[in-house]
Amino acid sequence: MYKILKKRKLYDNVNEYVIEAPLAAKNARPGQFIILRVDEKGERVPFTIADYDSERGTVTILVQTVGATTYELSLKNEGDCIQDFVGPLGNPTDLTSYGKVLLVGGGIGGAVIHPQAKLLHSLGKAPDVVLGARTKELLLYIDEMRRYSHELFPMTDDGSYGGKGFVTDKVRELIADGDYGAVLAVGPMPMMQAVAEVTRPTRLKTIVSMNSVMVDGTGMCGCCRVTVGGERKYACVDGPEFDGHLVDFDEARLRQAFYRDREKEHFCRIRGEVK
Amino acid sequence: MPEPRNIPPFRNAEERKRNFEEVNLGFDRETAVKEASRCLQCKNPRCREGCPVGVNIPAFILKIKNGDFRGARDIITVDNNLPSVCGRVCPQETQCESKCVLGTKFGAVAIGALERFAGDFVIGGDCPAPQKKIDKSVAVVGSGPAGLSLAADLLKHGISVTIFEAFHVAGGVLSYGIPEFRLPKYIVQAEIDSLIKMGAKLVTNAVIGKSLTIQELKDKFDYIFLGTGAGLPSFMNIPGEGLPGVSSANEFLTRVNLMKAMEEDSATPVQRGKNVIVVGAGNVAMDAARTAMRLGADNVTIVYRRSREEMPARKEEIEHAEEEGIKMLLLTSPVAILGDKKVEKVRLIRTELGEPDERGRRRPIEIPGSEFELVADEVIMALGTSPNPVLTKSCPELETDWRGIIKVDEFGHTSVPGVYAGGDAATGSATVILAMSAGKRAAMSIAHECGVI
Repeated sequence: MYKILKKRKLYDNVNEYVIEAPLAAKNARPGQFIILRVDEKGERVPFTIADYDSERGTVTILVQTVGATTYELSLKNEGDCIQDFVGPLGNPTDLTSYGKVLLVGGGIGGAVIHPQAKLLHSLGKAPDVVLGARTKELLLYIDEMRRYSHELFPMTDDGSYGGKGFVTDKVRELIADGDYGAVLAVGPMPMMQAVAEVTRPTRLKTIVSMNSVMVDGTGMCGCCRVTVGGERKYACVDGPEFDGHLVDFDEARLRQAFYRDREKEHFCRIRGEVK
Repeated sequence: MPEPRNIPPFRNAEERKRNFEEVNLGFDRETAVKEASRCLQCKNPRCREGCPVGVNIPAFILKIKNGDFRGARDIITVDNNLPSVCGRVCPQETQCESKCVLGTKFGAVAIGALERFAGDFVIGGDCPAPQKKIDKSVAVVGSGPAGLSLAADLLKHGISVTIFEAFHVAGGVLSYGIPEFRLPKYIVQAEIDSLIKMGAKLVTNAVIGKSLTIQELKDKFDYIFLGTGAGLPSFMNIPGEGLPGVSSANEFLTRVNLMKAMEEDSATPVQRGKNVIVVGAGNVAMDAARTAMRLGADNVTIVYRRSREEMPARKEEIEHAEEEGIKMLLLTSPVAILGDKKVEKVRLIRTELGEPDERGRRRPIEIPGSEFELVADEVIMALGTSPNPVLTKSCPELETDWRGIIKVDEFGHTSVPGVYAGGDAATGSATVILAMSAGKRAAMSIAHECGVI
């Protein structure tokens, strides 16, 4: 069992959890993920590592309540335990060889670029960061991002904070006169696809982090397979990061949505029971 | 003249094809004793030579004949610590039973069914008295058949064992791969519980190569055994394989066997196709097809590019599948999977058999112009597996062949001193009993190096 040491509400339906998981924390690096199961009947669900402390043996994850597993997690509080927690999985990101880097984070998922920014900052290579969300309160980890970035460009759909518009608007503007060596885009698949389309004409190296459906997370089930440059790759063991210009996003988005109906059904059922 | 061979009762096909209850019901005491009495107690028992772990078959059968069922189990577990498992999943018809002198004329003694009977007499077994501990420790990576048999043997020698498992449940392929209706999971769990009672430590949710490296294990343990299996699924590389609705047998079976997706209250989803095509003809293909039927399919079709004779599955599994209404589409191979947003059809081509390949199986040749299409809403690829690269990639000094199979000598030594390997990780995809036999050999080498034998 893995203890929740800290739970912090970041927004309506978004919580940050600090979990005691020494085996997952020991060798964790930015860009990797964990898989957890809330209880005995739980599904195995991957979450990107939002922060980690190898010495204290903790891993931080951000959870937006969207389905059954995340709903059950939202009911857990500090001091409670979750059934299973395994990691670190996937390959770490290494952005150190690219010169100046532009990090692009969209929505809740985007907040997990924070460990990348922190690492680059510690190496004296603070990146520029575009952080986008629907509205001001959803710009998560903005203080941390400001601290670790060379320059921070917040964007909101409604213009409530920073620039009004999508992250792609800002990316287009920045790469026009920036001297970036690479872009790392993390967030919902449509957002990553859009960023890759913006950078495609310039051939600027664009890395995306594929949040595919997974079961084991160790290459065993093949469920997370992604077509990259015409080749079959597994997000769990070959990724999760791939060249955004080579990823078949249309296929990836279909695959990601495949179990959604079945999950909705289960979500309704468990909420009925919890009442 | 010997009595005819006794066959254990099977659950009726019409009833069983919609539930996950065990198909083979096993011998009752009376039939077990009757079947045991058929054994001629050969002076030079060839059945024993046919057993990869060399179980003293005539001796345990004699105990059953005399009504000493616990004694029968004890004889088996000298050589095989998983009798309830092996009695169910071993291909006895090509191993021990194929050597029985009663053989084709009268029907071989039902050694497998008797082994299962003896194993089930005390499921999980009695916990042997704790051995005097010696100051040696072994990290076992993977809790499948190879790791479990190695662990049991090491514990018997007083060597400390810590088993690391990547999943949240131990058992490896016994837990995620083989379905409940062939190997009930309470049996696997009982075997693991018994190892823990013997003193094994089990660490689940530990991916070696990620959570801990081999080097980190070497710092804490005297020896390491790698029994990580062959977990990586194969695909065909045909158009449409990325469509939703296409899965590997590994994914499909793991969702059901390990995650219990067939149960109403399981949070894990699984596809419940109506027209299911399973590609491949090994035991895993049969398991996938029969599982799809149990999840409510109307039609399940096995597609295989060779003929019935070449099907790698056990004959019994093929028969059981056919009894349950699974169709066999032989000498046929998929060329493309078609669909707009998910699988709708599979395009197939007829094949004929040509010259034998390097493994002696006749090579399938596509017949030009024979393409046709079949409606399908789910396609399951059961094409075999290869070793998982997660661990080997993290330890470059560990030598592997071009397929990623860990190189070992006859004692299970790898290229890294103190590190042993066995089972599918070191042989490629094979059987439970061969993995167990490799685990036993490595246990013997380690015990020898520890100076206890």
